Amino acid sequence: MRRSTPLEPQRLVLFAAGYAVLAFLLLPSLLIVPMSLGENPYMEFPPTGFTLRWYETFFSDPGWIKPAVFSFQIALLVAFLATVLGTMAALSLVRGQVRGRSALQLLILSPVIAPNIVIAIAMFFFFAELRMIGNLWAFVLAHSVLALPYVVLTVSAALYRYDSDLDLAALSLGAGRIRAFFEVTLPLISPAILSSAVFAFIISFDEPVISFFVSGTRDKTLPRRLFENVQEELSPTVAAAAAVLTLLSILLLALVLLFRYLGERGAGGKRIG
Amino acid sequence: MRAASLVRSVFGQRRGSERRLSEMASWLLLAPLLTLFAAVFLFPMLDMLDRSLFDPELTTRHYEELFSRDLYLRVVWRTIKISVTVAAATLVLGYPVAYLMARVKGWQAALVAACVFIPLWSSTLVRSYTWTALLARNGIVNSSLLELGIVSEPLRLLYTEGAVIVAMTHVMLPFMVLPLYASLRSIKDDLPRAASVLGASGFATFRYIIWPLSLPGVSAGLVMVFLVSLGFFITPALVGGAQTMMVATLVAHELTTGFNWGLASAIAAVLLLIALAVTFSFNRILKLDQLSSQEGR
Repeated sequence: MRRSTPLEPQRLVLFAAGYAVLAFLLLPSLLIVPMSLGENPYMEFPPTGFTLRWYETFFSDPGWIKPAVFSFQIALLVAFLATVLGTMAALSLVRGQVRGRSALQLLILSPVIAPNIVIAIAMFFFFAELRMIGNLWAFVLAHSVLALPYVVLTVSAALYRYDSDLDLAALSLGAGRIRAFFEVTLPLISPAILSSAVFAFIISFDEPVISFFVSGTRDKTLPRRLFENVQEELSPTVAAAAAVLTLLSILLLALVLLFRYLGERGAGGKRIG
Repeated sequence: MRAASLVRSVFGQRRGSERRLSEMASWLLLAPLLTLFAAVFLFPMLDMLDRSLFDPELTTRHYEELFSRDLYLRVVWRTIKISVTVAAATLVLGYPVAYLMARVKGWQAALVAACVFIPLWSSTLVRSYTWTALLARNGIVNSSLLELGIVSEPLRLLYTEGAVIVAMTHVMLPFMVLPLYASLRSIKDDLPRAASVLGASGFATFRYIIWPLSLPGVSAGLVMVFLVSLGFFITPALVGGAQTMMVATLVAHELTTGFNWGLASAIAAVLLLIALAVTFSFNRILKLDQLSSQEGR
């Protein structure tokens, strides 16, 4: 590391401001964890005492566990569906020959551009007419549309970095296209594929807006259940549920970093031998 | 890799056809995604537009109602105002963070990245919800103000426009930091050093070198934050109240209490048109392809 001069005052001020804003950015995202551990039956910060009672309530109350399991099932299916469809599309966009490629890319990105509330309402009308409000597959399909842009972008980026000479080598050594893909390309881009599966999972599991409109009175997702409760009461059980959601996201993010680290190690093609 | 080049040199030029998938295979690979998008995204969106215009005959009734009611116009205006404020606030707060992120190395870099990515990927709902606890009557903001003797009784912070702006700024900040970071990182270290060797003050270096070079990131961040803020639903619904209704909360209100599907569709359609107009006018600076996995949602 080369530092030209000792820190000039302007630079120091900018750095200090940066760290201050980082605290503003990070702290409110994590405060939910201590708040969920307080003893008082209402939310407060700083919390008094220490108890795991609210987590016990959360994990033993079917009113919380049912939506949590429902969201988990949806998110797993979304991770699978979006990753498979998105990887296929990325292959086609990067390696294939399709006319109107940029229009297609724009279409795939459009769920990012369109305001979430607009997508949610359109899907509410759509699934209401199909009598699929509260249906597991309604959520899976809707959340997959939201997750796909991220999957396609992540996998495309990995495919652009990937050295396609490796495929050529496999082909000239007698492998078919499909075998070359599954035995050479896929293992090498698998870190990107796994990270996009995790991203798809988080997008679905955390997704509040479509969940709000497409949930039924009986079958609802965890974010919808949280939303209802936040509006009615501010009890630490809600905080425990919210803390579980936050910790899960952080855990999954760490998983993505791990995949990325493994990917960087493997990207040079050193393990081919 | 080397082996492959060798193979190619032995077996002759195999670029092109060998490397590319056939057109047929390309479309087959795209087909499942396109089918899903057509059925669950494009069709519902068009159906919604249709609903706003036909009831059951072609009518502009819903749009007329939207534009003639004072309340609705006020909500649209407030939404635009809040979104602009949030975009400006995230720029002011995000710039030092992005600068820091582009300059530090090693464990500090990891720390800064964690502080930006954890909020980005943790639930918007939970983060907005934390703000309701912080800004509550007996929340930490009020109790510190009381203790410091700045106020004599708790302020009403929650359910105000200020609360919505603070919470939305917090939620949107990573969306500003990442494009800023991308443009700041691409500035070579030599440039500011050359400027200071030539006698420029720290401020002059920033004003004439760093700031102009970071403008692409600034405009991309502003547009991105403005765009996403327009359609914000969860945060204003939790932190705001009836007086701080934004377009998204209005649509939800029309749907859940008014059951007025035509009107709700018309409001959503107007919102979509604004978003599309902003996207296409700023298409070149938005650089949507930069939104790769690590750069947020």
